Amino acid sequence: MSKEIWWASESFWRKNAIWITAGSFIVLIFLTFDTVNQITAGGKRVPAYSAINHRITYEFDEKRNMQVPVIGVEEPLFGTKLTEEEAQALVSRGKLTTQAKNCMNCHTLLGNGAYYAPDLTKSWLDPSWGSKDIREQQMVEFLMNPQDRLHNGLGRRMPNLGITEPEARATVAFLKWMSTIDTNGFPTNFKPIDQEN
Amino acid sequence: MTALGKLDSTNLNGGQKLAVKYFTVAAALFGAQVLFGLLAGMQYLNPDFLFGILDFSVNRMVHINAMIVWLLFGFLGSAYWLLEDEAGIPVVGLKLGNLSFWIFTLAVVVVVVVYLLVQVGSGEHSSIWLINEGREYIEAPRWADIGIVVCVLVFFYNVAATFTKGRYTGVGGVLVLDLVALAGIYLAGMYYTPNISMDQHWWWWVIHLWVEATWEVLVGCLMAYGLMKTLGVRRKIVETWLYIEVALMFGSGILGLGHHYFWIGTPEYWFTIGGFFSALEPIPLVAMVVHAVFDAGHHKLKSTNNPALAWIIAQAFGNFFGAGVWGFMHTLPQINLYTHGTQWTASHGHFAFFGAYVTMVIAYFYMAIQKWRGDVYMSGNVIGAWKWKWALALLHIGMLMMTMALLISGYEQSQIERAIGGSDWVAYFTAQSHPWFVQGMQWRQIGGYIFAAGFVLLVWDLMTIGRRETRPAQIATAVE
Ligand code: HEM
Ligand code: HEM
Ligand SMILES: [Fe+2]
Repeated sequence: MSKEIWWASESFWRKNAIWITAGSFIVLIFLTFDTVNQITAGGKRVPAYSAINHRITYEFDEKRNMQVPVIGVEEPLFGTKLTEEEAQALVSRGKLTTQAKNCMNCHTLLGNGAYYAPDLTKSWLDPSWGSKDIREQQMVEFLMNPQDRLHNGLGRRMPNLGITEPEARATVAFLKWMSTIDTNGFPTNFKPIDQEN
Repeated sequence: MTALGKLDSTNLNGGQKLAVKYFTVAAALFGAQVLFGLLAGMQYLNPDFLFGILDFSVNRMVHINAMIVWLLFGFLGSAYWLLEDEAGIPVVGLKLGNLSFWIFTLAVVVVVVVYLLVQVGSGEHSSIWLINEGREYIEAPRWADIGIVVCVLVFFYNVAATFTKGRYTGVGGVLVLDLVALAGIYLAGMYYTPNISMDQHWWWWVIHLWVEATWEVLVGCLMAYGLMKTLGVRRKIVETWLYIEVALMFGSGILGLGHHYFWIGTPEYWFTIGGFFSALEPIPLVAMVVHAVFDAGHHKLKSTNNPALAWIIAQAFGNFFGAGVWGFMHTLPQINLYTHGTQWTASHGHFAFFGAYVTMVIAYFYMAIQKWRGDVYMSGNVIGAWKWKWALALLHIGMLMMTMALLISGYEQSQIERAIGGSDWVAYFTAQSHPWFVQGMQWRQIGGYIFAAGFVLLVWDLMTIGRRETRPAQIATAVE
């Protein structure tokens, strides 16, 4: 260990550490600007909150070779058409409810969270709600009184979290809106509820 | 001079006295983590267990939050531990640091009590300010976030001011810059938006850029100091390695963030960027293994503190396997599409946090107890050596059993729920009811009990090791 080799020297790696870190960080900042731009609500990937006024489907796109959400004909949630502001307020209340009730520590949302209960990314489109006509009411009732509505043979139940009716409706709005997000085909192979009339 | 083997705080410098306080709280919270992990694991096997009293969501929240907080306490403690030694002067602003410790601890207690007793709030802003924020790992309500930031600022002031007034070593310089990033990143998690895509986008800044960038570099600093202390490795060597690790870790980990941007609404270019850079992330971890093992071999495993050295070596391997190998296995989007949010993730999460961080903090616990007892002998055949060896073995066996069990359940889930089933509710529960999944959950629980036994033994050992020793610590010998 007498003669120092340049590529094993302390100063060479110190400089590298600084430049590589700074370089990566700058690239990340640029990408972040673009990404934040693309995922702001109202864009192509993350639609405006008023999308809840429409039918949402999840269809296979040949070109992208994956399922993508499609915003279809007008089909307002709970039969009431909302303005953009009203829709945002409702979705926001739903989002706050999911946070205050800690949904994410049992479920995953967009695949992130806990694994004790099903993923909620496309729960609005889940066939388990029965049929399109009763879905909204089913969801509200389930959220308010889930403790004795088992969906499985394991005995795993959702607890009663004290969700009020307005909170439940807002949560459904949040879930419907979340299903409009273009998640690059996640979950894959999903078979949505039949929504044809 | 007090007698060897006797716990005496005059053996410690100012920063170290504060460090052992942090370590004590850290160990207690580690216990809470294990307990609530066991409760949550039980609920997989018997869903009625504590249903409506301590629901799964509550147990899991306490489990992972206790983990984050105890590891942070462990890191803060470790930094205070090495501070005076590295900087060459007493800690600047130690009184404030002490005050901050008590405030931090009190805040943690209040947060946990609220988690357990209040549990949930109504869907309003006040709930996320006062009860819990409902975002995995950073559930702490906003008031506590602000408290944490203030405490971390005080900590940062202690560290930066001490190095500045004393001297900056390589370890010191990296540590200070890293802490700036670590604290700054936390701010990215402190805001509300109704947009779940935006929410998760910034949430990953905190989670990923912590565990796969800033925390990794922090344990790199701790490893550097640990190797100098336990083996007597020369500073020039550990610091050169530290720079290599920083370059490789930040070079892969910062853009590796993209592996969390595949499915949350973020653009498709993240497939390429995230896949590529995160696939490079194991490289620095290999470097750390080479570094630690080479140094230990070079010094013929003759260390001043065998348990600490063993945990440092365990860290090198655990980090490599838990984060590097287990992370790599599901980091490419082609695979992650099926494994995202399954027990695969949990398998990796457990192994990585344990392998990379728990191990290093335990190494510092052992370094602390040795000095606290007046630099007592803790090399080969220290009295009662079976305890530290069995604690190490049980913790590893338990963790590996949990990791493997979760991995098998995860395989089954990605096949049956994702690839074959339609990823909907029915498919989810079909997979959850499959015997292969259920058996995985049972073995995880058994692994959990073994882990818990290891934890108890570890605490017992930390309280007793070196107590009956009368030999002074072996002196680390420099090897050329
Ligand atoms: C007695 C031992 C333990 C048991 C029984 C246990 C059990 C659990 C359970 C049931 C979950 C929830 C997983 C889910 O959502 O389905 C969990 C999550 C988690 N635990 Fe543990 N755990 C234990 C120890 C540990 C340790 C030692 C660590 C790390 C140091 C750890 C880190 C984590 C992490 C990071 C998560 C979140 C995983 C994710 O979301 O992917 N656990 N644990
Ligand atoms: C010590 C370092 C690391 C720790 C503590 C760690 C921990 C975690 C945890 C806890 C999660 C689950 C987050 C959640 O709850 O949703 C996660 C996810 C993930 N980690 Fe790591 N990780 C580390 C390093 C790595 C590395 C080096 C790689 C890649 C080479 C990696 C790849 C991944 C991937 C792809 C996911 C996403 C899993 C999913 O889609 O569900 N991790 N990590
Ligand atoms: Fe990551």
